[in-house]
This record gives sequence, C-alpha cells and structure tokens, in this order.
Amino acid sequence: MSDPGTNPEDDRTGAVPDTDETTIRPQWRTDLVLIAKIVGATYLGFAVLGLLTGVGINETVGFLRRVTFFAAVYALVALALNLHWGYTGLFNIGVAGFMAVGVYTMAIMTASPEGSPAGLGLPIPIGIIGGMIAAALVGFIAALPALRVRADYFAIVTLGLSEIIRLALLSGSLRSFEIGGTEYGTGGGRGIRYTPVDSVIPWLLDRPGISAIGELLFTIGRAVGVQPSVIQGGLYTGVLIGFVILFYAFLTRIAYSPFGRILKAIREDELATRSLGKNTDRVKITVFMVGCALMGLAGILWMGSRSLVSPDSFMPIVTFYIFVALIVGGAGSNTGSVVGGFAFAAFLWEGPRFIRAIVRANLRVRSPQTIYDAFVALGSGDPLPLFGYFIGTLDEIRFIFVGVVLVLLMIWKPDGLLGHRKEIAAATDLSRRPTAADGGTPPGHSGSGTPPGRPGDDNHPEQSKGGETDA
Amino acid sequence: MMDGSNVREKIADLTVQELFGGVLLLGIVLLILDLVRLVAVGELPIGRLWAYIWNGLVDSLYIGLAAIGLSMTYSILRFANFSHGDLLTTGAFSGWTVAYLIGGIGVADLSSRLLLRADGGAQPGMMEMEVLSAPLAIVAGLVVAAVVTILVALAIDRLVYRQLRDAGGIPLLIASVGVALALRYLIALFYTTETRGVVASAPQWETPGVVPVDTVNLHEATLVIAALSLIVGVHLLLQYTKLGKSMRAMSDNKDLALITGIPTERVIFATWVIGSGLAGVAGYLIILDRGQITINLGWFLLLLIFAAVILGGIGSIYGALAGSLVIGLTINLSLVWIPSDLNETAAFMLMILVLIFRPDGLFTGVKTA
Repeated sequence: MSDPGTNPEDDRTGAVPDTDETTIRPQWRTDLVLIAKIVGATYLGFAVLGLLTGVGINETVGFLRRVTFFAAVYALVALALNLHWGYTGLFNIGVAGFMAVGVYTMAIMTASPEGSPAGLGLPIPIGIIGGMIAAALVGFIAALPALRVRADYFAIVTLGLSEIIRLALLSGSLRSFEIGGTEYGTGGGRGIRYTPVDSVIPWLLDRPGISAIGELLFTIGRAVGVQPSVIQGGLYTGVLIGFVILFYAFLTRIAYSPFGRILKAIREDELATRSLGKNTDRVKITVFMVGCALMGLAGILWMGSRSLVSPDSFMPIVTFYIFVALIVGGAGSNTGSVVGGFAFAAFLWEGPRFIRAIVRANLRVRSPQTIYDAFVALGSGDPLPLFGYFIGTLDEIRFIFVGVVLVLLMIWKPDGLLGHRKEIAAATDLSRRPTAADGGTPPGHSGSGTPPGRPGDDNHPEQSKGGETDA
Repeated sequence: MMDGSNVREKIADLTVQELFGGVLLLGIVLLILDLVRLVAVGELPIGRLWAYIWNGLVDSLYIGLAAIGLSMTYSILRFANFSHGDLLTTGAFSGWTVAYLIGGIGVADLSSRLLLRADGGAQPGMMEMEVLSAPLAIVAGLVVAAVVTILVALAIDRLVYRQLRDAGGIPLLIASVGVALALRYLIALFYTTETRGVVASAPQWETPGVVPVDTVNLHEATLVIAALSLIVGVHLLLQYTKLGKSMRAMSDNKDLALITGIPTERVIFATWVIGSGLAGVAGYLIILDRGQITINLGWFLLLLIFAAVILGGIGSIYGALAGSLVIGLTINLSLVWIPSDLNETAAFMLMILVLIFRPDGLFTGVKTA
C-alpha cells in the first residue's frame, strides 16, 4: 500500500481499508486541498520556468489560461467517463461520438434560421438541454448491447457506434435536406455554424448589476495591459471550472448514494448484485444515459468558444485522450478524474508547446525539411538542426509521449498516479485477508476453525475496532 | 390444428440469436432479389456489378490477411489488439522504403528514397515504381515488410505485452492503444504526416476474350496472388504442423493446453510471427493497390478488420477469412443502395448487430481451426 512516491494524503485514505472508514464520505476537504496543491504547484512551476527562460509574461499567462481551459474540459469528460468505467465498469470507448451528438444537436437547435445549413434559432439554454437529451437517447441505444456483451465486445460496439455517428455527420447525403422550404442538415465536412455558448459572457456583462463588475474587470485589465477579449475568455474558463465543481459534487453524490453502491457492486460482481435482487439492467441503462448526457454537455462546453463545429473534432483519438486523463488520475475516483484531467492538459497536452515556446524564445533554430537533412547536419558536427527538427515535430512527439505514458501506466501504475483510490462497494474490503492487527485470524491460525474474515482474537475485541472508526 | 400449435411452440423455442440469424438471412435474400431486379431492369449495368464484386474480393483479401493476425492474438493472448492496424502501417512504410532504395538506385536522391518522398522528390512515375518495371524491388519490399513488422511486433511484445501477460483483457487493450499511438507517431516523426503517392500507375494486362473483363490491373492481380498463396500457406501450417496444432489447442482452451505441456511462450512467439508478418504484407499490398501512403492507413482500417474478425467468430482463422469476405463485399456492394461515404457505416452496423445478437460470430457451429 505504501508505494514510494505517493502522496501522504492518499496513503492515509487508501491504506485504511481495515476499518469502516471507506464507507464514510471521503475527506473531500483533503481532496480539495490535494487538487489545489497540485494545480498551484504546477502553475507556479510553469510561471517561474517561463519567467526564468524569458518566455514573457504575456505568453506565459496565455499558456496558463489554455492549460486551465483544457484541464477543465478534460476533467469534465473524465468525470463523466469515470461514472461509466470507474464506477460501473462499462468500458465505453465511444466518448467522442456522444460528445458529437450533444454538440451537433445543440448547434442545429441554436443556429440561425437564415444560415446555411439553417438551424432552429432557439436560445442557447434550450439548445444545451436538447443536446444533453439527444446524447442521453443515443446513450440509451448504445446501452442496450451493454446488457448482453462482454466488456471488450462492448468497447468495440461503442467505438463502432462513435464512428458511425462521425461518418454520418461527415456524409454528403446528410449535408442538407429540405423541410418546408428551408435547408437543414449537418453541413457535412464543412460543419455547421451556430451561436457560440461563450456569448453568454458578454450578455451577462450587459445585465444591470453585473455590468459594473465587468467594467471594473476591464478597467483593471486595461491597467495591466490585458485585452478585454482575454478577460472574457478567462471568464468563460471560470464558467467551465464552475461546471467541474458541479459535476464533481453531482457524481460524488451519486457515488455515495444507494444507487452508487449498486454501480460499484455491478463493477465488482454483477451476478452477485443480481442475486441480491437488484435490477442491474435498469441501473446500467440509467447510469449510461446519465454519463452520456454529461458527455454531451462537456462537449458543448468544450466547443463553447467556437462558432463552427465539424466532424473532424470527434475523431476516435479524442476518446483516448479522455482515457489517458482518467487513467493518469486513477479510474474509480472523482478526485482522480479531476487531477488526471489537469495533469493531462498541463503536462501531456500543453506542456510540449510550452517547451517549444521556451526554445523559440532563447534559440534561433530552424527546422530542416526532413529528418535526413537533420542527420546529415549532425554528421557534420552540428546538432542544432536535429534539435530544430524535434521542436518542429513536437506535435508528433507529443503523441508518442502520450502513448508511452499510457503503456507505462498500465505496466507500473494501473491504479493511477494517486495510487489506489477506487471506492469499493462493500462496507469492508473483502479482498483483503484479515490480519492479527485487524482483530482477524492471523495467517497460520487456520486450524482454529474461525471462518476467515471474522474477528476471532480475544485480544482485539470488536469494541476497540469500533472506537478506531469513530476517531 | 396440431400443426398450428407445433409452429407456435417452435417460434416460442427460438432464441433471440436464431431469430436474428433468420432476420439477417431474410434481409440478405431480399437484397439479392433487389440486386437481380436492378440488373434485370437495367438500372445497374452488369459491368458495374462485376466491378463492385471484384473490388469486394480484393478488399476482402487484404482485410483477411490482417484479420488472421488479429484473430490469432485475440484468441491466444486474449485481448483486442488495437495496435494491430499500426502493424500494417509499419509494414507499408518499411517495405516501400526498401522498394524505393532498391528500385531508385541511380534515379533519385538517397534522402527522398530513404524517407519515401517526405521531401517531395523521387517521383514514382519517374522511377517506374510498378510491378513490371521494378519486380525485384517490389518483391524485396514485400519480404522486408514482413520481416520488419515481425521484428517490431516481437519487440513490442517483449517490452509491453509480456509484462502484462496475466493482467486481463482490458488493461492489455488500453496498453495496446498506447502502443498504437506511439508506433504511429514514431513513424510520423521520420516520414511526416503527409499523404503521398508512392506507386506508379498500374500496368494493365489485355485479357483474352473469354473473361468478362477487358483488362486486368496487374497490381491488383499481384495482391490477389500474394494474399491467396499466404492464406494457403497459413492453412497448411495450422493443419499439418505440430506448431499449428498447439496454436489451435491454445486458442480453443488455454488451461487444457497448458496442462498438456504445450510451451506457451513459444506458441505466443509463433503467433506474433505469423500474425504480424501477415499484417505487414497486407499493409504493403494495400499501398501497391491504392498507390497512396499515409500514417493513418492501418488505424483507419482497424475497425473494418475487427468487424471481419467478429463476424467470423473470434479465434477462428477460417471464420476471420469468411468474415473478411462478408465485410469486403458489404462495403462494395452496399454502394448499389447507399452513397460511398456511408459504405463503412454499413459494415460497422453489421458488426454491432452481430456482436449483440451472435457474439460467437455468424458461423457458429463451425469449430475453430
């Protein structure tokens, strides 16, 4: 349990399965502090690094803003995926497809009726709710096979479904069709234009009462030399962070409800859960629909700062980004999902770009056209072109990095960087053999006839155990 | 009276799977009838129908080559290998690099040949990169594609999958996604992400009058001959060697195979050699047929290969081949009814329905081999 390198906090929460503490609400305060510490340390690290290496304050702030935005987006989707995979064990690798359904429904509902392809011109909140409902309905269709097939088959079913959705959106035959004299449709490969969700920020800032705060922010911004558009972008990121908190609270509420215990029980042993009289089929369908609705919402918020959505944003690879984020933090824990989303955005997603910014600020490197030219230069004693080539192909290197991290995590830390945090369904951890210290039969005393798992040692009566739990 | 109740009983006895099989069969019969009608009415020229069927057969052969390997790793190592598609990409790039190195001596720069035209040089037409003018280069490329892919797959097995032998299907699946990403972009790091043509236009062979087509595309013919001979080779290997028998035993029942003393690691080694060798060849031959090379080649084909394996029933080599035939014909014959940018959705839809209603594949009852 005490892996070197894990945080003392999670050792404390993770290593006490011998008492009933695991059933008590997790110390969300400790978790909040943990998240704050990680985020704060990362920001400080990048800021210091940026200033020391001469990247410049403007670029560093822009970088941190992008990190925050993507961290919030990945945390949102990772939280939703955690409900499917972490809690219920539904191995869904069609996340991109469900996000696409949410975003496209929202786009068609809110796009202007005069546009091409035309939309319904509905207000944004209705579009968002419509997108969530559509994603949930597609989730309902996808959940039906989950009742019948094995986990790896279900993975392929969901991946196939997400590809069907993407190819259908890309298809020319759905690009536009006429209903009542107006051209509706998905826009095919060109995508569809709609009202961006972040237009609620200027709208909010125009309201009486709030407008004063907006003016104040803009004045402060002008004083330090930050554009109003940057402030508006920052405010939208703030809205996303608000949603992360809402998702977190909602999913933690689910996880510790009786419903949540059924989810964890399904993950651990579906047959046993069914034997206890739980309707696992209905629970699985419900939880899948809820998760898909959340994915749809997360997709809408992710695309919120754009006014155009096209099928290329929903390649299957997007699903795997979310998986990496979830696995980095550790599946089965909401805190892990948030930390994983942040770590993915900061180090794997935006981190390499920051390195490029650092290099560009300090070195005048030119990227040669091919790696061959770079090696030729290296052969003649000049390593700079090869370095420049690597900086130029940093996007590819980033993918190699993501792949390697995924493999290493699966080999060394399948529970995620935070260590074992998976919440179990039972009141006590049944997979752990009782030891003498727990008040159980010590190993080797098997001849005493006490069934394993029952406290049988006189020196450690039940009461003392109960006392520990209250502490 | 008796008959009626009998029928009702029979319907009640039908499982969902049998019912689904019946509905699917009915659908296929209806589609074939409609096909006959379209041809009879003259809406579908017979030449176009023949082209669809021929393209379907060609597609099914390279999907089949890849599907054999995927099916073998799925049944013997017990996980869905998402990096299998990128083994095709590995074979394509390594094989064509060697073909260029040999075929372009004295014609184009080393740098353009070594990186497969990453800098835009070495025009395939100028180098006469086709099967009649550069047969030696193309055959050498084929061999190297197989060898390099096998070495890469064995290295990956040693580095990644061996560490996770007992980890279960899902952790291995996730690790294979990581392998797929790393492998694909490692290739991209050298060869860039540009899509480019690497094969000169295929020579045509004027056929004598007996066959229903005027000309045969020799690159397609090469693909068909190479693929068919490899498939026959695998068949002989599995049926008539001790190794083949051990492999079949292991995919049928791993524990029983272990008890009988079959050397697991040696069988796994052979699985990788055969599976990845065929995948590398498949990737190489696809490029010969299509002419264009891209790092996403295998990744985009992966789901179709999975569909073929699932249709045939995971673990069965012959099932995988039959599934490939179904998928190849589906994506081409479906063009009769639906637009070309939706033909893959037809195949995926078929795959999902089979997974849900007949998870053991379309040809259940045919024992694994």
